[in-house]
Amino acid sequence: MNWLWSNLDLVGELMLVHLALSVPAIILSFVASVPIGWLAHRYRWSRGVLLSLCGLLYAIPSLALFVALPPITGLSLRSPLNLVIALTLYGIAVLVRTAADAFDSVEPDVRQSATAMGYSSTGRFWGVDLPLAGPVLVSGLRVVIVSTVSLATVGAVIGVQSLGSLFTDGFQRGIQAEIFTGIVATIVLALALDWACVRIGRLLMPWSRPDAAHRRRSIERVERVDAA
Amino acid sequence: MNLFLDGIAWILDPANWTGVGSIPERIGQHLLISAVVLVIASIIALPAGVAVGHSGRGKEPAVMVSGGLRALPTLGVLTLFALWLGIGLQAPVIALVILAIPPLLAGAYAGLESVDRRTIDAARAMGMREDQIIGKVELPLGMPIVVGGIRSATLQIIATATLAAYVADFGLGRYIFAGLKTRDYAEMLGGSILVIILALAIDGLFAITQRLVVPHGVRAARGSELRSGPSRSRAAMGRPITEGNQE
Repeated sequence: MNWLWSNLDLVGELMLVHLALSVPAIILSFVASVPIGWLAHRYRWSRGVLLSLCGLLYAIPSLALFVALPPITGLSLRSPLNLVIALTLYGIAVLVRTAADAFDSVEPDVRQSATAMGYSSTGRFWGVDLPLAGPVLVSGLRVVIVSTVSLATVGAVIGVQSLGSLFTDGFQRGIQAEIFTGIVATIVLALALDWACVRIGRLLMPWSRPDAAHRRRSIERVERVDAA
Repeated sequence: MNLFLDGIAWILDPANWTGVGSIPERIGQHLLISAVVLVIASIIALPAGVAVGHSGRGKEPAVMVSGGLRALPTLGVLTLFALWLGIGLQAPVIALVILAIPPLLAGAYAGLESVDRRTIDAARAMGMREDQIIGKVELPLGMPIVVGGIRSATLQIIATATLAAYVADFGLGRYIFAGLKTRDYAEMLGGSILVIILALAIDGLFAITQRLVVPHGVRAARGSELRSGPSRSRAAMGRPITEGNQE
């Protein structure tokens, strides 16, 4: 505890640095995954290719990706941007599958009704598909938030500052309290971002009451069984 | 791209294939420690996950354990255990086991949970004992998802074992940290390429395994579904039925 009190400034500063690394990566991966996921949903042939590419990307160990990226991007190994790109790629690897599933979960009947009511295909995407896929997208985004915040700490071993610097510094100087503080701070940051994501999701999508989607799906499953 | 050629040249350099810390030795260490960790973590997590998935009891704690552990920063766990236990292999092994538990646990209970309740009721009505239901009905039907959990746990172990070279002298990660210290980018990149190849190869093996463990009956049913295509168009029929309960 003593260590924390005398280093409160450092922890606070690293938390901000950590946010500056992970938040852009989270947002970028979300923005990139929605269209890719929609493509995988819309065109059957692209689904297998896109999802297996994401699977391969996800299988690459983080440290190896951090090292292998600079020759491709032309950035220096210690550049925070390099880390942001790597984290964004991991986020995309997770989110594209969720996004494809999210668009799949929109009822074809609803989509047909929208078309019948005169929605253009772009209008239908923004007015029907995206809002209805929203709750599933948010659940995927929550997974990405937690994993990105935790993964960003790995950058510390190649010299990119973050809360992970508390681990490397604590390890080299033998201060357990410092490492422990780092772990707690990382988890707190992840939970805070997760909480913010849930709040924003509820605010933007008042129809996504917790459980509502799930209940609807289970009812539907029962109906399908009855029909069969 | 030149840098990549340097990395590949480093891998192909015969000097790196013999002696202490040679590429085959490092790959062997990496695989050995990953296998040991996977076995230990499986012994702990799989029975627990199967019990939770079968009985449906204790699901909340299982979800919390697997979700909560996932937020743990791997590097923090590694360095903390290394300080507690000193330089050596125990610290990384324990840390890796802890980090491998969530995907194994989640895969096991999600796999068993994905089995249709009516199939289990039918098995029970036919007079199967609980252990027979688990062994002959739930495990075979849920196996693809269980193997999926083992797959992500293995990838997690291989990735973290690379990182564990920060606190102990083993595995392919050593090349990355050695290169970082001596500013030898070719060595770092060569080590990274080897790690990536290793991870992708093992992921591929698991992808094949996951296909092979689908029970014959399930595969046959899927085939007949495909042959007797719907007479009406998809949109008018409602949502296509999705198999399993992919998490």
